[in-house]
Amino acid sequence: MSGPLKLTGISASAGYAEGPLFYLEPVAARYARKATAADETAALEAAIGVAAARLAGLMETTNEEAAGILEFQVAMLEDDALTGPAFAAIDAGQPADMAWRQALDAEIAGYETSDQDYFRARAADMRDIRDQVLRALTEDGEVVAPAGAIFYGEDIAPTRFLETDWSSGGGIALKAGSAASHVAMLARSRGVPMVVGLGASPAHLAGIALLDAEHGGIVLSPSKAEIEAFRRSSSSFAARRDQAETYLARPAATKAGTAVRVQVNIADPSDVDGIDISTCDGVGLMRTEFLFGKTLPDEETQYLAYRKVLEWAGDKPVTIRTVDAGGDKPVPGFTVEEGNPFLGLRGIRLSLARLEVFRVQIRALLRAAMYGNLKVMFPMIAVMDEYQRATALFAEEQAGLSARGVASKMPPLGIMVEVPSVAIAPEAFSAIAFFSIGSNDLTQYVMAAARDNASVAHLNSVRHPAVLRLIASVAAFGQANKIPVSLCGDAGGDPASIPALLEAGLRDLSVVPAQLAMAKAAIADVSV
Amino acid sequence: MSASAEATVLITHEVGLHARPSVKFTKLAKTFSAEIEVALAANGPWFDAKSIVKVMAAKAPKGTMLHIRAKGDGAGEAVGALVELVRRDFDEGADHVRTA
Repeated sequence: MSGPLKLTGISASAGYAEGPLFYLEPVAARYARKATAADETAALEAAIGVAAARLAGLMETTNEEAAGILEFQVAMLEDDALTGPAFAAIDAGQPADMAWRQALDAEIAGYETSDQDYFRARAADMRDIRDQVLRALTEDGEVVAPAGAIFYGEDIAPTRFLETDWSSGGGIALKAGSAASHVAMLARSRGVPMVVGLGASPAHLAGIALLDAEHGGIVLSPSKAEIEAFRRSSSSFAARRDQAETYLARPAATKAGTAVRVQVNIADPSDVDGIDISTCDGVGLMRTEFLFGKTLPDEETQYLAYRKVLEWAGDKPVTIRTVDAGGDKPVPGFTVEEGNPFLGLRGIRLSLARLEVFRVQIRALLRAAMYGNLKVMFPMIAVMDEYQRATALFAEEQAGLSARGVASKMPPLGIMVEVPSVAIAPEAFSAIAFFSIGSNDLTQYVMAAARDNASVAHLNSVRHPAVLRLIASVAAFGQANKIPVSLCGDAGGDPASIPALLEAGLRDLSVVPAQLAMAKAAIADVSV
Repeated sequence: MSASAEATVLITHEVGLHARPSVKFTKLAKTFSAEIEVALAANGPWFDAKSIVKVMAAKAPKGTMLHIRAKGDGAGEAVGALVELVRRDFDEGADHVRTA
């Protein structure tokens, strides 16, 4: 086999695992057709009974959270509305396995097409129900995974998770999957490392794998040096996590007692479901690109998404970024194809070029502002004129809403600092409400090294003196002019970068929720 | 003439009338002999409140007004008990909220 193979995905449960890759296979065994429809009916009834009994047995060995998930599956299996169509199909001449599969697939499709994250994640539960009954029908036993294995496949069934003994390690690496799935919830509460969204693999994977579920990736056929580096990260993670947990509930402060605000970055309204608001100082960055999937979202969809997060945060601030499409985030029907997308029509440039789309988002934000402490910021601002045009649109739309008697509120309007022109000459922006430094883009533009190009990744360091000097200069400008400055790039949650950021004068960081505790612990170690 | 009852209640549970809440809801509904239905709007569509498949299919998120109606023996008690369950947030409180 050639050199190491690396796949990246999204962390659903942080941690590290090293072990043999174990394939999660779909149910494949053949079903032996029965002689009569009555026999087929009896076979399906028996299989449903076997599956329900297995679930009941599993419930006795699990905790309350897991039992709740299993209870849902049992209730589904007992519901005639679920099983009825399968029995009807058998009466119409279908064999039991096909009848069951089709009835369940129709139900699963309804979940998969839902526009709500939480609901879509229930498709995994329905597939679990389907496969358990199919296994009982075909008497197909599951292959037992070796101890400490890393389960790999499209998705993993909740029952499979619960039947696995995780005491000797192991982890989960999924091509698809969801961080909102029941398995992801269970993995987080049991501390089982899990990565989702790895995508289709270019090659057949086998052998020992290194699963990094802190950053979201997996390495196959690792080199000796990679294994050693992985083990170091793994043991440092365990130590940091144990220590960090003690910091989570407390406000962040440095060794010298300097208070630091730590907010969270979210990408989807359901991200906040798992976060205790008392552990953070608000939402420093809510991305809105998730709304712009296959179709452009209407005002109501956006309004409800923003309102949900605002209500969750209570009186703590929620900073929502207007859509930052383009660059590495194309949206069909919205973004344009360009030779050099990172330097093209992206962020506020695209919004100002597509006013009919931007105005919908602005109205949704103005209406949602009634339900909490909203702040809005514009991405990719390069010159003050862009900010003025965007704020004028906010004023126009607010006047329109008032004229129609719709309640709205004007939020403070700020900008992202990611285009070097802003960081170099912030004095052009002395009239804005706040700055939020997007360190990922600022770094790639200062270093002229694309974020998505692995061959120049070594240049992309926020700790390069040029980047740090710009950050320090923006922080100083903000302080002198009483304009709040925060940072919401990946560097904010990186323990190795936190000391340099605080030394540069920042006192407000926004990090991904999984890094909250670790970031607070890293802050406590800094002496500024 | 058989009894009938109807009420509306706001869903405040974080994830709405989904998975665990709907298990509790349908279990409670099944303890009554009355015919019970739920809907997200006063003019329907109405879903069988004793079927978890149907209740889940209603896809009621947090912040939805849930309409409940019942017909037959104990209709009033059934609606009252179900409204009370939704109001109590399905007895879940904050135990479904994990720390990050």
